[in-house]
Amino acid sequence: MTRDVTPLLEVDDLAVEFDTPKGPLRAVRGVSFQVDEGETLAIVGESGSGKSVTAQALLGLVPPRARVTGGRVAIEGRDVTGLSDREWQKLRGERIAMIFQDPLSALNPSLTVGYQIAEMFRRHRGLGRAESRRRATELMVQVGIPDAARRLDDHPHRFSGGMRQRVMIAIALALDPRLLIADEPTTALDVTVQAQILRLLRQRQRADRLGMILISHDLGVVARAADRVAVMYAGRIAEVGTVAQVYEHPAHPYTLGLMRAVPALRDGGGPLVAIDGQPPDPTAPPAGCSFHPRCPFARDKCREVEPEPREVAPGRSSACHFAEEVIAGVHTGAR
Amino acid sequence: MSTPALAESRTRDGDGPPLLELVDLVTAYRLRGGLGRSGAEVRAVAGVSLDVRAGETVGLVGESGCGKSTIARTIVGLVRPSSGQVLFEGRDLAALPARELRGLRQDIQLVFQDPYASLNPRMTIAALIKEAWRIHPGIVPRDRWDQEVRSLLDRVGLRPEHADRYPHQFSGGQRQRISIARALAVRPRLIICDEAVSALDVSVRAQILNLLDELRRDLGVAYLFISHDLGVVHHICDRVAVMYLGKIVEIGSKESVYLRPSHPYTQALLSAAPSLDDWRDGGRREIVLSGDVPSPLNPPSGCRFRTRCRLAQDRCRDEEPTLLDRGTGHPVACHFPETDPS
Repeated sequence: MTRDVTPLLEVDDLAVEFDTPKGPLRAVRGVSFQVDEGETLAIVGESGSGKSVTAQALLGLVPPRARVTGGRVAIEGRDVTGLSDREWQKLRGERIAMIFQDPLSALNPSLTVGYQIAEMFRRHRGLGRAESRRRATELMVQVGIPDAARRLDDHPHRFSGGMRQRVMIAIALALDPRLLIADEPTTALDVTVQAQILRLLRQRQRADRLGMILISHDLGVVARAADRVAVMYAGRIAEVGTVAQVYEHPAHPYTLGLMRAVPALRDGGGPLVAIDGQPPDPTAPPAGCSFHPRCPFARDKCREVEPEPREVAPGRSSACHFAEEVIAGVHTGAR
Repeated sequence: MSTPALAESRTRDGDGPPLLELVDLVTAYRLRGGLGRSGAEVRAVAGVSLDVRAGETVGLVGESGCGKSTIARTIVGLVRPSSGQVLFEGRDLAALPARELRGLRQDIQLVFQDPYASLNPRMTIAALIKEAWRIHPGIVPRDRWDQEVRSLLDRVGLRPEHADRYPHQFSGGQRQRISIARALAVRPRLIICDEAVSALDVSVRAQILNLLDELRRDLGVAYLFISHDLGVVHHICDRVAVMYLGKIVEIGSKESVYLRPSHPYTQALLSAAPSLDDWRDGGRREIVLSGDVPSPLNPPSGCRFRTRCRLAQDRCRDEEPTLLDRGTGHPVACHFPETDPS
């Protein structure tokens, strides 16, 4: 990947805190990554890892009790930290779009699907009613909604979960954004419908050279849909690399643990290697590496010094003091 | 019915009577109609025969609306079957007098997806477990309750000294351990796990799956393991039944079904299931189904899968395929099964 062009998205040392009765909760603690056009970066992690809060911060949508306390986010080279609400609103939809796990809560139940798609053209492009409707129908065809011209006038509850997610994708893509943030877009869907939606996203992304951030807890979905992957744990990125790099030779013991904890679909069937213990209490994180209490390789240094992310191979970084050993000693292909 | 096929899939596992046997089970819900009229009938389970042997783990997979959870609810008596039988060690649960039924109910326990919803938040863990012994007296003498609570907690990997804590003081994975401890308290012979690990994070899910494996090994408990996750089912089950729109479309040993799926729906399901290896291009064929599952209110004629099937022909519209071994190594309900898909 050439680095002489400005990346579509650059996130540098992002930090987000929540105010809680127990004191500040550092949900995102110094997260850096970039996304180029035409590529999908997956952010994978378990609940509480900070992956969704990271996505919200990229959209200028952190919850009321949270605030961005540090770092820089640049979209197409433009620093967006500190934009006004008005400027954010323009940016969202036009340059960045998003889809969520639950399309039903994102759609207005009392308006027809066609109206809600067409609204994007009326509001952001100033197009007339008829033209907006025509464009909405076109989009519905593009995202694979059968019988689009007729279904335009149906309300969201008349659509299945998969079809609703297609409607959300149509709305997200209406204004030709450059970056799509998809937060668990298929988690609520059945597996065969999930395959349809992942395929649709891939098609649209390739056709439009979209950059995409896919937030997911599902390592299988990530393996199928992403080019690169960032693994998050306790508010930090444990490692980043191409999917092939990370899945074949994890550079962080947490990633290695995750890979061994997922039951295989075909071969094997030996006991799963569970990761002992629980993720740390985010209001009282442990000293040193936040993964050390659960890490089978932890040594004294890990209990004392928090590892900073560092490049361990071209295009690949890990926040483990002993990343080289983890990479060298691992054969995930065996399971 | 499909009894010959079932007998065949059964003999493979030994000769004793099955622990649980469903015989052509139908469970229907009546939708509410308007103005005092009774509404349409939905057959959520539309004729299912299945058995689980002692110490065996049988997986029931399928997508939402296929009827798998209704089967669980029917077995434990939360809903009544419309026809067919639920037999436990050969005794029909629907025909038993209440007293005997209660005894049998303790042999079958249910563990749900969301342990928080099934654990009373005002009761301590110890009280939750003891409640089971109040409902089913005679299992553990009262003077041994405290001791037994501690040993159960230890058994499921919780700290015995936490017995006086409340459910909200535990994480999701720990709460699922509490549900399992409570299920074990009455010494069941069959535990029905209805999406029991689906809400858990990957690392915690592996802990619970290992615990379930261990309990089977040590206590000989059998599981009917209901899940939409094909990887999890592959890991934990001996046999697998695949459901679509209220019916079993394919059933067999795990190896046979996963390595030689013969029903086009099973093939699509397996091809759609995300796997860690998916980043390696090629190797597996991708069958993407079009459209959605039809409404169980008005299922297609003939084969229920035909409206989404890439192999469908006229015969599939006219004639419902029965569940039979069609040279496929295990029973499959398809007129045109593929014996060697890869």
